[in-house]
Amino acid sequence: MTNASTSPGSSPSPNMGVFFDVEFTQELRQQMLKFALLQVRDEQLAEDAVQEAMISAYQNIDRFARQAALKTWVFSILKNKVIDLLRKEKRHTAASQLEEGPNINGEALIDALFTENGHWQKSERPRKWDDPDHGVENEHFWRVFDACLNALPEKYGRLFMMREFLEMETSEICYNEELTITNLNVTLYRARLRLRECLEDNWYAAEPTS
Amino acid sequence: MNCKQATQLLSEKLDRPLNAKEKVSLGVHTTICVSCRRFSHQVEELRTISKRYVEESKSE
Ligand SMILES: [Zn+2]
Repeated sequence: MTNASTSPGSSPSPNMGVFFDVEFTQELRQQMLKFALLQVRDEQLAEDAVQEAMISAYQNIDRFARQAALKTWVFSILKNKVIDLLRKEKRHTAASQLEEGPNINGEALIDALFTENGHWQKSERPRKWDDPDHGVENEHFWRVFDACLNALPEKYGRLFMMREFLEMETSEICYNEELTITNLNVTLYRARLRLRECLEDNWYAAEPTS
Repeated sequence: MNCKQATQLLSEKLDRPLNAKEKVSLGVHTTICVSCRRFSHQVEELRTISKRYVEESKSE
């Protein structure tokens, strides 16, 4: 196909500049990969999603005058790709495996936390979280948070991330995951019980390391 | 309402609007129960932390 436009093919559009900034592009790729890997455990699939998002950014390069605009755009594409991947990934996970994971889950978790008449077990009562001294703006905190997320059963982790990271509506999650709203509510509830306990034990109430 | 029911509602509150009756029973319970008040604060904090986590992964 011949291109009779006035711009010669050899000189890139002015905005291509953002992509010639190697450092920026590499850093962006790393950030995207990290974002994708938070949610998609298969590294190859995460790489592919990042690649596709980068390509669609190239294709729409004229829209971006600034690196920040490109970044916002590319992350919103990536987010949609991650949602697609999660949708597909679900089909490969047998229902029986979904609640498996370290520590206790499901009904057993609820039974361990609450007494027979539904009050907190004395030892399980939430403690006060002191954030000022234990500021969350800290690399060590994010390592703890990562570890707590990874310790969740796969189903808990995925639904929690869909809701809290991808900020999907509950109706959207139910539709994607073929879940009833009751089922989703219960799973998110258990995920939050587990996460808050993990953060409390390993961060907020942990002995200071220094 | 006991703590098990209260904590479940406190979690659901983040995902759907509660009805008037639920709000009242929850209000009564959390007034008298410090553990559930803390739980309430903490699940909200989990949401804030998650948002920041996503931001961090984009920007560091
Ligand atoms: Zn209570």
